[in-house]
Amino acid sequence: MSEIILQANNLVKTYTQRSGRFGFGSTQIKALDDVSIALKAGTTLAVVGESGSGKSTLARCLLQLHPFDSGEVLFQGQDLAKLDATSLREMRKHLQMVFQDPFASLNPRMKIGEIVGEGLLIHGLGSKAERQDKAHRMLERVGLEVADTQKYPHQFSGGQRQRIGIARALVLEPKVVVCDEPVSALDVSVQAQILLLLKALQQEMNLSYVFISHDLRVVRHIADEIVVMNKGKIVEQGAVVDVYNAPQQAYTQQLLNAIPGRKAA
Amino acid sequence: MTNILNISNLTITPKNAPNRLLVSNVSLKLSAGKTTCIVGESGSGKSLTALSIMGLLSSQLQAQGSIQFQGQELTKLDNKALQGIRGAKIGMIFQEPMTSLNPVLTVGYQIGETLTAHLGLKGLTLKDKIAALLTQVGIPPERANSYPDELSGGQRQRVMISMSIACEPALLIADEPTTALDVTVQAQILQLLNELKTRMNMAMLFITHDFGVVADIADDVIVMFRGEIVETGTKQQILSKPKHPYTKALLACVPDAEGKKELKPIDYAWLKADKAAA
Repeated sequence: MSEIILQANNLVKTYTQRSGRFGFGSTQIKALDDVSIALKAGTTLAVVGESGSGKSTLARCLLQLHPFDSGEVLFQGQDLAKLDATSLREMRKHLQMVFQDPFASLNPRMKIGEIVGEGLLIHGLGSKAERQDKAHRMLERVGLEVADTQKYPHQFSGGQRQRIGIARALVLEPKVVVCDEPVSALDVSVQAQILLLLKALQQEMNLSYVFISHDLRVVRHIADEIVVMNKGKIVEQGAVVDVYNAPQQAYTQQLLNAIPGRKAA
Repeated sequence: MTNILNISNLTITPKNAPNRLLVSNVSLKLSAGKTTCIVGESGSGKSLTALSIMGLLSSQLQAQGSIQFQGQELTKLDNKALQGIRGAKIGMIFQEPMTSLNPVLTVGYQIGETLTAHLGLKGLTLKDKIAALLTQVGIPPERANSYPDELSGGQRQRVMISMSIACEPALLIADEPTTALDVTVQAQILQLLNELKTRMNMAMLFITHDFGVVADIADDVIVMFRGEIVETGTKQQILSKPKHPYTKALLACVPDAEGKKELKPIDYAWLKADKAAA
């Protein structure tokens, strides 16, 4: 049994939405309703659900990018919300994120070398030469070339940009990476490349992933454990093999039945 | 089987670079009551092929070849004649329903526009027809007074479908209609399209990059790669006995729900060598 590296206990997050005539009224929407998860070191935990289920809110709350109403997030046993700004920033190098849209998540005015090296610069790691060397090696590891550091994001395809996003997250040698729909915007052929890359890097760098996705076929391939969310609540959780083979909840069953091509296969 | 659409030797190039073939020598036939899926990666030319049928290509592009719809040569028609066919005899659904709908008009009004333009319906008959169409796609008829932002993504796509079938077209072109939707909603929309196709005996041209969707909806499949058709066949042939190395490679990239399959990315260099050898 491996140790638990990231844990969320009873997270609650409520959004207030304007409603009624002219927006004078307001309704409370529970994006996270008593959500608890545990990520084991070196494994992948998938969070699945439909749009509006709260899965992206959970990702952001885990990384303290969103304030939440109550609950706690423990990283290696330490409550992240209790840290002061300096220690939290220090902690962030262990907690990185890969975003969905490789077009929106890279600054178009920065060169690739700067984008990948920025994290090292911010955390003050190494000399200029060391930082550059590290960024180069990371880019090569994700399948790009050293010459690419002088190029801008628009010179790359969607799959290549996602590789840059991954290099940016991993150059800091994090322990936990939260991937928010990292392959949904990509072609299946590119999707397969990125999934295999993420798996290989996990082995090499002993990474733990929180993998947010709506695609149950992708999740089956990458995840060890799964959390199914619906309307802010966890409906079911367990080992991927168990949940796919014998879903306990009607909602999980419904999601699995909706996987395209399942009936025909 | 009645032949509805017949495309032969369609080639699409940019006007300022006539040697760059975006779509090259594409020929296909669509019959009534059959769904044909075009699958391929982005840039394979699948959407351009669909757009060219309706004469909706960007003015920067030019198409050569013949597109015959019910015996009529579409490439020779002027814009006005094409407008009489678009929305009436050929319906079209796009990927993102929110951008296809006008946010400041009620959905009932927008469905009505099609009916008035092509069938000249007005007043109560128009209202009844709108209600009937909404019912047919599974939306309560009173939602005719709703604006697009008051509907969910799946409901918006249903509204788009009701518009595209309003004039009972002989051909329905669906360009990735479920890509932006949740899986459960996607399953419902695919079922709806299948029912409508059978009931109205339409030919359906369905563009997708998802082999799971192909397995659910297709009768015939066309695989495109870099502007060319590499393989055509029935769904069973393509999915279980693919012949072309590209089709095989593309299928090997698709994760399965059982997790039994080993994912294998496409080796383009090898593909090229294979093509040269053949």
